[in-house]
Amino acid sequence: MGNLFRRPEAGALLGLVAVLIFFTIFGGINFLQINGGLSSWLNVAASLGIIAIPVGLLMIAGELDVSVGAMVPAGAMLTAVIGGHYGLPIWLGIAATLAFGVLVGLVNGLMVVRTAVPSLIVTLGSLFAIQGMLLGLTVLVTKSTSVALKTEGLAKAVFGDFTTLLELFPPGQLQAIVIWWIIFASIYVYFVHWTPYGNWIFAMGGDKVSARNAGIPTDKVTITLFVLSAVSAAFVGMCQAILFNTAQVGGGQSFIFNSIIAVVVGGVLLTGGFGSVIGIFFGTITFAIVNQGIYYTNFDRNWSSLIIGVLLLAAVLMNNTFRKLALSYVPRLKKGAV
Amino acid sequence: MATPLLKLTGINKSFGPIDVLHDISLEVNGGEVLCLLGDNGAGKSTLIKILSGVHKATSGAIEMDGKPVAFASPREASDYGIATVHQFGGTFPLMSIGRSFFVGREPTKGAGPFKIFDRKRANEIAVKAVQDLGITRIDDGDRLVGGLSGGERQALAIARAVYFGASVLILDEPTAALGVKEAAHVLKIVLQARQKGIAVIFITHNVVHALTVGDHFAVLIRGAKAADFRKGEKSREEITDLMAGGEHMAELEAEIEGYMATHEGHPPAVGS
Repeated sequence: MGNLFRRPEAGALLGLVAVLIFFTIFGGINFLQINGGLSSWLNVAASLGIIAIPVGLLMIAGELDVSVGAMVPAGAMLTAVIGGHYGLPIWLGIAATLAFGVLVGLVNGLMVVRTAVPSLIVTLGSLFAIQGMLLGLTVLVTKSTSVALKTEGLAKAVFGDFTTLLELFPPGQLQAIVIWWIIFASIYVYFVHWTPYGNWIFAMGGDKVSARNAGIPTDKVTITLFVLSAVSAAFVGMCQAILFNTAQVGGGQSFIFNSIIAVVVGGVLLTGGFGSVIGIFFGTITFAIVNQGIYYTNFDRNWSSLIIGVLLLAAVLMNNTFRKLALSYVPRLKKGAV
Repeated sequence: MATPLLKLTGINKSFGPIDVLHDISLEVNGGEVLCLLGDNGAGKSTLIKILSGVHKATSGAIEMDGKPVAFASPREASDYGIATVHQFGGTFPLMSIGRSFFVGREPTKGAGPFKIFDRKRANEIAVKAVQDLGITRIDDGDRLVGGLSGGERQALAIARAVYFGASVLILDEPTAALGVKEAAHVLKIVLQARQKGIAVIFITHNVVHALTVGDHFAVLIRGAKAADFRKGEKSREEITDLMAGGEHMAELEAEIEGYMATHEGHPPAVGS
């Protein structure tokens, strides 16, 4: 038990338990029951979680990416324009969307690595640039700000449909993206916490210069992480377009702050060097439960942002406490030590 | 005498129009501690940055074992066996001892794409390496580096350099931020490294610490080598005066004493 509280995800886990109890009492609903609210928050968590993990890894490495807010609608629109407006095969739209994500990630990463401009500013620039390009090009090509898309077959089933998850869930509730979220999260856990690459990310966030001197290809790792976050955001946008059969030029900005909240609630240190994928995973679930739970209570839902704000502050304070605990941890004192 | 392990000849360094180092020549032998003394701004940091591959010298030659070498990056310098430990030692405070010890050189187990970080082995090696240097209080490789004392962090950083086969160990003011006891322990570790045949370059402006461990001393003043002598050739006062720029220290002391004699024992106000 003592070991658990020194881990980065300790605060996130406690926060999750707290909001579950809170909404079970005030909402009178069990969030872990399949016929209760389970799929409602899982759907919200999945879209956010796929973006939050790479955003969190960037934060651990000492960088920020706010351009994901534009990449979600851009991914949706690119898929819809190619598959819907032009009527080309949907797989072409999917490939183009993911390729666009790679391109934006490369540009973000290269600019951060080559210039000494902080990544917040670089990605703020690309956020606005992509938003402007999205609106301008969409209106130019389609004479509209919303494009319809009809997808069938495998692409619909895999990316944008509801799943019963082997008859566990009632039809029409659980989105297929939840499965993608679980798969991605597992892959991230493996790479970040089991392979040497994860060590590199933590070292970079601790001290980039020392990490480079120790032989870590810091530039390559930074660029890779930016590519991951941009592709992930484009992926979520693509899935949404396929699910809702439509794409709008607006929306998506909520992902910027929501992903940062999920990551910070999940125990990642804003200045880098500390955190965990499991923590981000729990942080995302906590956020999603608060986001959805308010609908099941008697509270006016205008209050939901207040709860999220208080949750964020409480989580940060709790995480600070746990981090200090981890730092001051000494197993057992021995005589004659320095 | 045998060829020195590391030899600098006529090193000059200028940043644009500003000359920072002027014609520095130095020799370091294995199993010897060279103390590099100098006041702030004397060029000590620039010199070690050249040695550790961060900067390139404007002119001059570096030789290792009699062969000319050039370092394009810190990585190349460390490939030649030059390791630098900075004032605060471990620079990844929120990483575990085992993980930070192996940053960039992680031990793995498994094969092919399923090579995973061998946490147990990393922790064992790191803890053993530090304990070999006399820090017995560290016995859990999962502890965070930020929870260690300043001296323990220095020891960890030196242990890391020794483990990865450093032949030249550059210590940049390792005792500056430490208490008396901890500094003494770090000095002991420096002597242990010397005993292993490592050439140690010890940068400090603490003359007492330098005299305790040094075999060979070089004093830098405004980018030039002002003195180069061996152990026992100069007294502590002579070295302090040299570092402060010749006779200035004695003059200053006389001036303060004169002021205090005429002002009822009060020292002069700063800035007056």
